[in-house]
Amino acid sequence: MKLWIPFAAAAGVFVGAAIIFGADWDLPPVDTDQIGYRGSGMYHTLDREDQAELKLANVAPEPLYEADPEGDRAGEFYENVQVLGDLSTDQFNLFMASITEWVSPEQGCAYCHNEENLASDEVYTKVVARRMIQMTQHVNEDWQAHVAQTGVTCYTCHQGQPVPANVWSRNLVPGEKGTDLGWSGGQNIVNKTAGNTSLPSNALESYLLEDKSIRVHSLTALPNGDNTANVKNTEETWSLMMHMSESLGVNCVTCHNSRAFNDWDQSPPQRVTAWHGIRMARELNQSYITGLAPIFPDNRKGPEGDVLKIGCATCHNGVQKPLYGVSMLKDYVDSLGTKSNTDVPDYNTYKPGETTTMSPAKTTSLEPLQGSGKGGTALASAD
Amino acid sequence: MQYQNLFTQVQVRGPVEAGIPLPRGDDDRYGKPVYNWLAGWFGNAQLGPIYLGFLGTASLISGTIWFVIVGFNMLASVGWDPIQFIRQLFWLALEPPPAKYGLSLVPPLSEGGWYIISSVFLLAAVLLWWARIYVRARALGLGTHVFWAFGAAIWLFLVLGLFRPVLMGSWAEAVPYGIFPHLDWTAAFSIRYGNLYYNPFHCLSIVFLYGSVLLFAMHGATILAVTRYGGERELEQISDRGTASERAALFWRWTMGFNATMESIHRWAWWFAVLTPITGGIGILLTGTVVDNWFLWGMKHGLVAPVPDMWPTVVDPAIGG
Repeated sequence: MKLWIPFAAAAGVFVGAAIIFGADWDLPPVDTDQIGYRGSGMYHTLDREDQAELKLANVAPEPLYEADPEGDRAGEFYENVQVLGDLSTDQFNLFMASITEWVSPEQGCAYCHNEENLASDEVYTKVVARRMIQMTQHVNEDWQAHVAQTGVTCYTCHQGQPVPANVWSRNLVPGEKGTDLGWSGGQNIVNKTAGNTSLPSNALESYLLEDKSIRVHSLTALPNGDNTANVKNTEETWSLMMHMSESLGVNCVTCHNSRAFNDWDQSPPQRVTAWHGIRMARELNQSYITGLAPIFPDNRKGPEGDVLKIGCATCHNGVQKPLYGVSMLKDYVDSLGTKSNTDVPDYNTYKPGETTTMSPAKTTSLEPLQGSGKGGTALASAD
Repeated sequence: MQYQNLFTQVQVRGPVEAGIPLPRGDDDRYGKPVYNWLAGWFGNAQLGPIYLGFLGTASLISGTIWFVIVGFNMLASVGWDPIQFIRQLFWLALEPPPAKYGLSLVPPLSEGGWYIISSVFLLAAVLLWWARIYVRARALGLGTHVFWAFGAAIWLFLVLGLFRPVLMGSWAEAVPYGIFPHLDWTAAFSIRYGNLYYNPFHCLSIVFLYGSVLLFAMHGATILAVTRYGGERELEQISDRGTASERAALFWRWTMGFNATMESIHRWAWWFAVLTPITGGIGILLTGTVVDNWFLWGMKHGLVAPVPDMWPTVVDPAIGG
């Protein structure tokens, strides 16, 4: 007769436990900083426990030692040094020791090198590493609008792991694979790259590889037919914005006055930095990452067979300024501060285990123009 | 003190009540009426019988078809995995067709065709239920206030799913059928059209919504407070005002100088409730059709509070800042 009482109590306990332990609550206290005009609700909120964890996880390592810039040049002393040839042998060896600590501390030199013949390009990771060194130099020289003088090193993203922890690849929802049932419009499933929301799943490809328009607002009060963006486009933009705020551990008002998201006149300067960051990630994916598709083995690609790509979290790792703004670059300006050799080989000719020297047949530069998608689009579609 | 409890303390038990005889041509009522203690906590302890008739039966069948179509599309959208269906249920949705199909009634099933089909059944279910409410009210000799109030909600539903998409020329403007997705849609709708906060009909709708809450709290509290004098028997109090009603009226006249009456408080409640979706629907209907950016519209009409330029150096980098 009264059987419903234990059932209702059990259900209540179950739901209550799911709410308390299933959700990722931030326990108080949180630190709150006002960043905008009073009444605009513009505050940074930082949870103390989360910050303590992030501070431990994002520590810049000290340089191993100070290298002597004098002496033989690495390019002359060693074989097949294509990008870092202008360094002294001491600087070169410091860099090699550092990159091992940054990228493959457990696997050691053999992660990229045939230890019998260090000059050989037969291990694919060595070819990738060379391209990534070129990319890092390019970022530090040409993208100071985003990385300023702080710059980046391999460690900014890799943090001691061969594959950076926060990368992304094409993310198609199951219903997109051509069945009559299950239309979800490329969204409506837990989206790990957008703060576990149900927002569009593949937004990063739209904006950080292709250059789909991010802006959805009209610049006139009344419709004049210019703006064809609809609510779906807005949700996709929002998905990118969720990715950015989750990647940096910030909220919307770090870059926007939420009463008029599109209005630059009411936006903090961080929005300009972020604007360049979006274009930087896009250009790096187009010009550096997707071009390496022939090199990467299948286990280094996403479920749809595309290469793992750069997002905001790749460098930021949950922190507004990667590694809390500590510049590792200042100790590696010789190797990573400026572009040296920008030549790109034809990666389609690479045969793992056979190709001993992977270098361009003739000297051409595929360096794209800064801040534009030009030149990178062909590489992107090759993916 | 018994009236200050959360639940009704006294439950009357007697012979179950079948209700008045039905006119010729009506169906039978279904179900053997029973008493239920839990139901008695929240309302009348007697459950059933229920009158379905043609309209009720057809509405339930249509609604079930809509529900099942949406559910199976959700299940298919996680690759028919029942575990993921439960884990991600709140994330899943059946989306309307993309904008490229415009107002086509036959977009491919794999791209929103099921949304159109299910929407036809949902519309039928809602309208049949609406008609049923009218017919049942007349059968009991009641006024049609509930019918018109439900009509106000249907107005907002039709604006969102039919009138506005037709005016905008695309079913893609309609709301997805899903828990989180329809909430995301709502927030994205506000963002796309420059912040609904500056839409005056949105303001009105919020006034009536929060006003409804306030009125409901005031009325509920007042009646509970005078039940010790029989005040919960509102209808008797209307025709033969007793001490409960007088005390309730005095309480408000003393505290705020004015009081509603036993009759007028229900008109207040009804109008606030129906004006919430009516004004909200007008606000939605104007959005994207005649106003494209409510913030800029608010600037033009003096709605926006000015703030000082905190960051004068910030310029849109896309225009060469």
